[in-house]
Amino acid sequence: MFTKLKSLLYNNEVRAILFQVLAVVVIAYFAYQAFDNMMLNIEQRGIRSGFGFLNDEAGFAVNDNFFLEYSPASTNLQAFYVGIVNTLIVAITGIFFATVLGLIVGISRLSSNYLIRKMATVYIEIFRNIPILLQILFWYSIALSAFPSPKNSINFFDSIFLNSRGLYFPKPIMEGEFYFVLASLVAGIVGYIFIKKHSNKKHDETGVVTNIIPHFLGLVVLLPIVVYLVSGAQLEYPALKGFNFRGGTDLSIEFFALAFALSIYAATYIAEAIRSGIESVDKGQKEAAAAMGLTQTQALRQVVLPQALRVAIPPIINQYLNLTKNSSLAAAVGYTELVTIFSGTVLNVVGQAIEIIILTMLVYLTISLVISLILNIFNKKMQIKGK
Amino acid sequence: MAIYPLKETRTPPKSQTKAIAWLKDNLFSSISNAALTFVALYVIYLLLPPILNWTIFDANFDLTADNQSCGREGACWSFINANLKMFIYGFYPKEELWRVNTMFGLIAVLVMFGSLIKKTQYRVHYIIGSFLIYPVVAFVLLYGGLGLEIVETDKWGGLTLTVIVAAIGIIASFPLGILFALGRQSEMRVVRFISVIYIEFVRGVPLITILFMASVVLPLFFSAGMDFDKLLRALIGITLFQTAYIAEVIRGGFQAIPKGQYEAADAAGLSFMQKTILIILPQALKISIPNIVGSFIALFKDTTLLLIIGLFDMLAIVGAASSNSSWLGRETEGYVFVAMVIWVILYSMSRYSKRLEVRFSTEHR
Repeated sequence: MFTKLKSLLYNNEVRAILFQVLAVVVIAYFAYQAFDNMMLNIEQRGIRSGFGFLNDEAGFAVNDNFFLEYSPASTNLQAFYVGIVNTLIVAITGIFFATVLGLIVGISRLSSNYLIRKMATVYIEIFRNIPILLQILFWYSIALSAFPSPKNSINFFDSIFLNSRGLYFPKPIMEGEFYFVLASLVAGIVGYIFIKKHSNKKHDETGVVTNIIPHFLGLVVLLPIVVYLVSGAQLEYPALKGFNFRGGTDLSIEFFALAFALSIYAATYIAEAIRSGIESVDKGQKEAAAAMGLTQTQALRQVVLPQALRVAIPPIINQYLNLTKNSSLAAAVGYTELVTIFSGTVLNVVGQAIEIIILTMLVYLTISLVISLILNIFNKKMQIKGK
Repeated sequence: MAIYPLKETRTPPKSQTKAIAWLKDNLFSSISNAALTFVALYVIYLLLPPILNWTIFDANFDLTADNQSCGREGACWSFINANLKMFIYGFYPKEELWRVNTMFGLIAVLVMFGSLIKKTQYRVHYIIGSFLIYPVVAFVLLYGGLGLEIVETDKWGGLTLTVIVAAIGIIASFPLGILFALGRQSEMRVVRFISVIYIEFVRGVPLITILFMASVVLPLFFSAGMDFDKLLRALIGITLFQTAYIAEVIRGGFQAIPKGQYEAADAAGLSFMQKTILIILPQALKISIPNIVGSFIALFKDTTLLLIIGLFDMLAIVGAASSNSSWLGRETEGYVFVAMVIWVILYSMSRYSKRLEVRFSTEHR
């Protein structure tokens, strides 16, 4: 009987089950203890629990607000949405500029021009080895002192103003006529995509390359401008009233400092990813492209980059995720994104730390999940066929 | 038999050896290349003079100057000089600074002594012994006790705090990281599930939310009597965060080990523990060392986030020092100084990790 029990204990499968049960019990015990203490603490300190606070009046103003209706009389839930939108806006801006800069620097690092190559290397080595928070604070302090006061704003055509508080520009008045402009923009983009498809097809079939840049300019840029001028849609212009600008819309200086620092920092990693991607392309590919009579630019654009991007894009997408997470450092300069608004201001007012921080984390988790989903789809699509 | 005397070697043509040839090859090989060179020169012309003017030519190097006499055209380096102790030690009492210095000095002594007995059989004992004893000694030196005056953790700061947090973060997250890496590899479903959830959760959220969690929510989980030190809370947060990243690095090491190693260990009749500790871990850790250094670099950068939860790491000292009424408005000097210090540390670490990568690469070239 005893030996049987002993042999049962030494059975690998039985051991595995025992171990897992033990792990679950230990974790459940600690979780229960923590929860118990938490309830007790909350009760003692008189903190509310639950998500009722989301419907309370927020009571604070928000600096940057783009599409959503928001005023201090709005609820905390609306403040939460404003935070998410602002996080996404700074992340997308940062991603765009980081990608452009990273692409340029990454290619420059492999340039045959000594000066360009060295400059790219110096840029990467400097900015990658300085903590992002330090960079954000640095650019913020520079921006505050370098730009003029609102009274002496840098003035573009009396409609766009740049000063130490931010960039002020006209806002469309969303009424009847303006929807024509929007509609023409959408129509222009759709038309351009159609033409692009057509020219790609023509290229595949006949090998004739059509220059479609004029089409792009005409449809996507010129058409909306013409419609705007003809339809008589109105813009609301910012104007200096007292010490600051009223009317129009603005991007705060905090936004610029944050977006600038995030782009500069992420671009160094993106540049390195692109460089290693290009280096991973077999030398024979470049030689073959040259033998086919492609120019250097053609070879880069049509032979090397498509293959390099397959290697480079997964790490680049990872950098997009990092950039989005780093945008939470806005809390240090006060750009009103999710962490600043919600885990900062709302938390201070309401005091319900657990609910608020969990909601904040959930937003970032969702963004991470969406990005890794995109990454997986990309990896599936990009797998070399037939292998 | 004809004899062919060696002809004198001709020197290469001048256009191939002199600086002109180098310039032609590297900067002006084609028209577009020359254009690029001019663009680059123009960018340098735009950027370099203002930077040099501010840091050097217009700067005031008089280390005794005060904020007024310094002037505003260039940097005022006496700001750094006046606050240097704060940048390095934070608010640690002046009479007790020797304790911090001793703590750092001991590391140098340990490393030097270690390199002396590197070749002897006591190497492993020495390393394990120092890892067990040194932290205790360091803690007593910094915090106090045993006859030393107690220095509360809110007095700790500056570069000292940065280094301490980074070191504790990496050392504490290491064993935990190994556990979670093993858990993620495990065939036991529940264990694997828990590990995957933990790792992916932590990697999916910004460090700042975890630090908030640790500083605001964590105390709620313990009974009211327990008073949590602010630094301890931050350390818990950083360790939990770093664990997930270390786990992923080590998992990468596990996956790089050929399957034959696992099978051979099984065939030799080793138990799971023996297999893991004697065969798999040593190889996996060796492969992952460059990435562990990389992860340490990231952690070192992340310690700057301590300022957001109100601890005074080196970056936070800039704010503290330049909000002092006698040094108002000198943030830029502070940021530049801290950036240079951290840059030197991080750059040397990343060089080191590159060297390790080459040394440990078993790939045949």
